[in-house]
Amino acid sequence: GNKSQSRSSSTHKDGNPHICIVGSGPAGFYTAQQLLKGHPSLRVDIFERLPVPFGLVRYGVAPDHPEVKNVINTFTQTANNDRCSFLGNVQVGKDITVTELLKIYSAVVLAYGAAADKLLGIPGENLPNILPARTFVGWYNGLPEDKDLKVNLDTETAVIVGHGNVALDVARILLTPVDILAKTDISDYALEALRKSSLKRVVLVGRRGPLQVAFTIKELREMIKLPECRPVFHKEDFKDLEKIFPDLPRPRKRLTELMHKTCFGPTADDVKLWNEAKKEWELKFRLTPMEVLSSAGQLTGLRCAVNKLEGSNFENQKAVSTDEHIDLPCGLIFRSIGYRSLQIDPAIPFDKKQGVIPNEKGRVTGVPGLYCSGWVGRGPVGVILSTMTDGFDVGKVILKDLAEDHIPNLGRPGFQGAMKILEERGVKMVSFSDWKKIDEHEVQMGEKFGKPREKIADVQNMIKILTHEK
Amino acid sequence: FSSTSPKLKKETVTVYFVDFQGNKQTAKAKVGDSLLDVVVENEIDIDGFGACEGTLACSTCHLIFKKKDFDKLPEKPTDEELDMLDLAYGLKETSRLGCQIIVTKDMDGLEVEIPGGVADAREPS
Ligand SMILES: Cc1cc2nc3c(=O)[nH]c(=O)nc-3n(C[C@H](O)[C@H](O)[C@H](O)COP(=O)(O)OP(=O)(O)OC[C@H]3O[C@@H](n4cnc5c(N)ncnc54)[C@H](O)[C@@H]3O)c2cc1C
Ligand code: FES
Repeated sequence: GNKSQSRSSSTHKDGNPHICIVGSGPAGFYTAQQLLKGHPSLRVDIFERLPVPFGLVRYGVAPDHPEVKNVINTFTQTANNDRCSFLGNVQVGKDITVTELLKIYSAVVLAYGAAADKLLGIPGENLPNILPARTFVGWYNGLPEDKDLKVNLDTETAVIVGHGNVALDVARILLTPVDILAKTDISDYALEALRKSSLKRVVLVGRRGPLQVAFTIKELREMIKLPECRPVFHKEDFKDLEKIFPDLPRPRKRLTELMHKTCFGPTADDVKLWNEAKKEWELKFRLTPMEVLSSAGQLTGLRCAVNKLEGSNFENQKAVSTDEHIDLPCGLIFRSIGYRSLQIDPAIPFDKKQGVIPNEKGRVTGVPGLYCSGWVGRGPVGVILSTMTDGFDVGKVILKDLAEDHIPNLGRPGFQGAMKILEERGVKMVSFSDWKKIDEHEVQMGEKFGKPREKIADVQNMIKILTHEK
Repeated sequence: FSSTSPKLKKETVTVYFVDFQGNKQTAKAKVGDSLLDVVVENEIDIDGFGACEGTLACSTCHLIFKKKDFDKLPEKPTDEELDMLDLAYGLKETSRLGCQIIVTKDMDGLEVEIPGGVADAREPS
């Protein structure tokens, strides 16, 4: 990594490939890893909007899943490579444009994720206390732009629209005994708010049925075993499902079997836990939100159309709304129905409908030298493992293009060229060694409270630590 | 370590890692280590292997055993291991997670397969 902000002039126009990566999440780091491994003299610069690296591994993955964050160790090894630099606190599209980067670098890889959420598009959606799940996740994870979220937890029931892992993450954080959360790196303000929470019930609403849930079995099992909490599954949703178990692919089969067993044949331990539970979570199927209900500007519930499923193959069964509807009383609603990427720069071709960058195996359509990796090109689905595979694949595509001379722009100024522009514009860049100082500071602050770290949720405060240290 | 403790000379066996193209990498495996430890210590080149460092949170340590070796493994997979295996690419009947397999004396000469680079068939999350 860049030990200092300057680098020996031997790298200037040296005939080596200089690759720029935009975004320091798993896609950015895994692409960088593959590129550095596959070429002896290539250089990689990773640009990041925030002063701190790692994208959703830091700001998405739930605080009570520290194991998942072990991937950071490998990312750190990559950043420590002499041929890799981290340039934090640089917002591509604003501080420097993609057109400029394409002139300075041999190739540019867009790996900036999918930060925007999808709307329900129903009346009342703009009321207070109806929130994007992602913003709530950002809030409890100390993401600077979400730290001031207004969320009122003084209500008994929350509804989450969506049956994916993020929906389960939000439900779990809302329902986990606070003393357990206190030992994680959850933000201090979120912990305080959760301590005062009156929530007793979380209802997860999905458009389709049990065979179409998008969450994975590990997350489901965790919910079923959550301390002081009981799952509420409805027998009519799961009856007769056992008949099709043999026809299901293994992951879907095991997932459905676990829900079925929870409903019809829980273990004695499970039953004991549930009988003593103070809180509960409920799975509701075949419902499409129609309208947010309110009284005097206060959220009071969610009206949903009752759906029936059409089509014989469960994988692409469609939900079709009937004339029937039901009202779910609640004081808090989260939507967790998917994300979209943003077009951070007009020079990037963009599929506005899908919210992704059009590409062929990572090669951005119509712009030679421009690539994309991870959620921004693949769409916002899949775990870190799938993003890793994509990152490696895109890295290999770039190495192949280099080997076949499809990237003729070697001997570009790279790092030095970017530094020149950014310094002229007064951008306060944060290097990887700067991040290590922030990291150390956070870990020290966390020690006081028995937490692995206390995240600094304010960009100015992050920068302040660095100026004090200097 | 205190000097009085008996020096345990760890027994080692030889294990082979074979990729989908048939390339074979040889490793010295200490009895009692996990196959993840073996890969790391021998610097066996497998992209992304062991991302969660053996905490049952990733499935990048997925390995495929021959049926006869699979049947001999002393520990059956736990529910938690099976849960992670569900997310692995190229899953087979005889798949296991390397971080959960402990090397035993009778594994000398074991050959395990590294799953091929299948990047399709992704489950949305
Ligand atoms: C809430 C949540 C929880 C998750 N939990 C898990 C989990 O437990 N386990 C698991 O395996 N997967 C989990 N995932 C999925 C996993 O996070 C993704 O697969 C992965 O992070 C996608 O990687 P990415 O690099 O494409 O995007 P990101 O991780 O989003 O990284 C994109 C990076 O680009 C930066 N960026 C954005 N705009 C700009 C710009 N203009 N200039 C410079 N930089 C920019 C962002 O700040 C960010 O750092 C979770 C996802 C979410 C949303
Ligand atoms: S290393 Fe992650 S599950 Fe084995």
